[in-house]
Amino acid sequence: MGPKGPLAHAGGVVMTLFFDAFAWILANLGPAGEGELWTRIGEHVLYSLVSVAIAAAIAIPAGYLIGHTGRGREIAVAISGAARALPSFGLILFFVLLLGTFGVGLGVRVAAGSYIAFVILAIPSILAGAYAGLEAIDRSTISAARAIGMTEWQILRKVEVPLGLPLLIGGLRSATLQVVATATLAAYVNLGGLGFDIIQGLPLRRYDQMLGAALLVVALAFALDALFGLAAQITERVIPDGRSAPRPRQHRAGPKWSRASSAGTPAHN
Amino acid sequence: MLNTAGNKGRLALGAAVVGVALALSGCAQGDPLSPDEGSGSTDTIVVGSQAYYSNEIVAEIYAQALENAGYDVERSFQIGQRDAYIPALEGGEVDVFPEYTGNLLQYYAPDTTATQTDEVYAALADALPDGLAVLAQSSASDQDSYTVTQEFADANSLSSIGDLANVDGVVLGGPPELEERPYGPAGLESVYGVTVSFEATGDTTFDALVEGVVNVANIYTADPRIQTSGLVTLDDPEGLFLASNVVPLVNADLAEELAAVLDPISAALTAEGLVALNVQSVEDQLSSAQIATEWLTANGFVS
Amino acid sequence: MNWIVNNLGLIGELTLEHLRLSVVPIVLGFVIAIPLGWVAWRYRVTRGLVLTVAGLLYTIPSLALFVVLPPLLGIPFLSELNVTIALTLYAIALMARAAADAFGSVDPGVRQSATAVGYSAWRRFWEVEFPLAGPVLLAGLRVVAVGTIALVTVGILIGVESLGYLFTNGLQRRIVEEVFAGVLATAALALVVDGALQLVGRAVMPWARRAPSRTRAVSS
Repeated sequence: MGPKGPLAHAGGVVMTLFFDAFAWILANLGPAGEGELWTRIGEHVLYSLVSVAIAAAIAIPAGYLIGHTGRGREIAVAISGAARALPSFGLILFFVLLLGTFGVGLGVRVAAGSYIAFVILAIPSILAGAYAGLEAIDRSTISAARAIGMTEWQILRKVEVPLGLPLLIGGLRSATLQVVATATLAAYVNLGGLGFDIIQGLPLRRYDQMLGAALLVVALAFALDALFGLAAQITERVIPDGRSAPRPRQHRAGPKWSRASSAGTPAHN
Repeated sequence: MLNTAGNKGRLALGAAVVGVALALSGCAQGDPLSPDEGSGSTDTIVVGSQAYYSNEIVAEIYAQALENAGYDVERSFQIGQRDAYIPALEGGEVDVFPEYTGNLLQYYAPDTTATQTDEVYAALADALPDGLAVLAQSSASDQDSYTVTQEFADANSLSSIGDLANVDGVVLGGPPELEERPYGPAGLESVYGVTVSFEATGDTTFDALVEGVVNVANIYTADPRIQTSGLVTLDDPEGLFLASNVVPLVNADLAEELAAVLDPISAALTAEGLVALNVQSVEDQLSSAQIATEWLTANGFVS
Repeated sequence: MNWIVNNLGLIGELTLEHLRLSVVPIVLGFVIAIPLGWVAWRYRVTRGLVLTVAGLLYTIPSLALFVVLPPLLGIPFLSELNVTIALTLYAIALMARAAADAFGSVDPGVRQSATAVGYSAWRRFWEVEFPLAGPVLLAGLRVVAVGTIALVTVGILIGVESLGYLFTNGLQRRIVEEVFAGVLATAALALVVDGALQLVGRAVMPWARRAPSRTRAVSS
């Protein structure tokens, strides 16, 4: 290891690896990369946003129904719990194979299989964000709206949806981060995205490429997280806090950790 | 939510018990951070395998043959890439590993010029580090190939890879890393003057070929679907691919005694035999252990 | 279902291996996150720091983390150690946040009473704060356990064997039942561990049975 000792040596190796990774990123984002890396980034963003949009189209109405009526919550919790226990990587491969047995073409079954897995992954967080957002609203606010003669539909649209927005955004945020993380694995069935460079780099022993792509996925996740953080801040500022009415003492911490927990829901895989 | 002092004590105790129980269940499995304890002794032979079903079957045959010869065998299967298992072999944690002569030679000598079976085997023996040795190679080979459908071969009168030079718009499918391999698109261009575009198809390469997503596929020659789906493997007269025969890679200290058990196995394993093993896995969906037992029985190693 | 019936032994072995790989990150994550969460809850300065780092850590994809960790720590890339450390980090990230919430859920009145009757900070933590935070800590632990068990499967991509083996091997051999068995067994293992944690929670915290769960507290 030389006179500097193993620690200094290891530090040097780390520096070199990260330097090489950044060099790989820059080289491939530049003209020499022929835009391939940009395509991968674009694919990754596209898969993530489309899946979250589909999941939102399913989960938000369902969540609002549960939150508004106060019914079906137990079922939603049970289904969400089961969905969270499913390993997304396995789900992707399973749906790709399963669609194959029905004679679906390769390109379609790879895309459809991956999207189904992503949507299943994204639904629990969005669903929880939607109904928890409505449930977090102080009951007296709803009663007041009803007292001044609002219809149920108006209550939902004018009171519950705006006041529930922060928690819904939290749910969308964690769903998006989960899908961004998991979309990396879809490269195993050749969907593309940034996972491609990691999966390709594994057998080639190209650590600059693997590390570079990994850092890009992380950067993408951070960027989207920051965007949602911004959206959450704007919402908090624009929308009056309908949840700050007095509540039983033991529940004082309630809103705080419910917000945290819906933003920090598990687990990308 | 108000609790009695007794309840609190009970909780703290309970939490401690749970913690200890969880910790113990972790420890009971041995040191979880070093799963592959190196067995320097010859009492227990550690047999490894790649994360490739066909390789695992051969490893299982080695393992059962060694067990029949009186060894204690520990299986360390599905170790994935060479990067993972070669250090384990060099470090003595794994003693026996089914390998492929050509691919292994390329690992140790990327610039090798050997292509034919015996050249590759000789070059490999030179290239291996001191602690490792290969036993006798089998006639069974499982190597990379470029394979097309019968219709595509007929339509373009293809028999050798070079014939692809006359075909426009060839799309090559294979694992993502093929794009960068010496025998990938660049090798096709330089050796055969064939220009292709590349499509990463990974474990779905076969499907991509028969469904027409790609028209040339990088498939292992022992893949049973080459026969069952009537595919045509193009000849490789220029030796773009290295010959790659099945060979046991072993700890050099044990080479002599292991050869006594494994050389007869390698001699009995033929190219058709290897394909048949793979058929049993893919078509009949038998486990590696079942397939290995049947093969050892059928070939007279077990009565 | 033929494949599943014929390979119950393999599924069983892999399930045990999977459980073994999951236990260390879950336990370590819990043990390390408790003090972190307590510090995050107790001091305003550290709260932002701990929760931000935990939040950012959790956005890193597992496959990416498997790639980033080895050069940082000087550990082998394709190794069980790599998977164990990565999953432990995720567990800490999730659990630290849950622990901070859990200590925040303890009634300040009870805490003050304990101080008033002369409990030391150490004794107050073990006999008042920790037990009272129990239900929320348990909820966090259950989330961590389920997430970790699902994530272990990704280790197969760097050669660490678990139920994830059935995914890649099943795809290679194109056996749908094999992949299905892997998905099912992983989910079942997660739900069994989740249920077991819930039962343990009921046994050691009998008063918590009627207490609000994490999200139900919001609706009241």
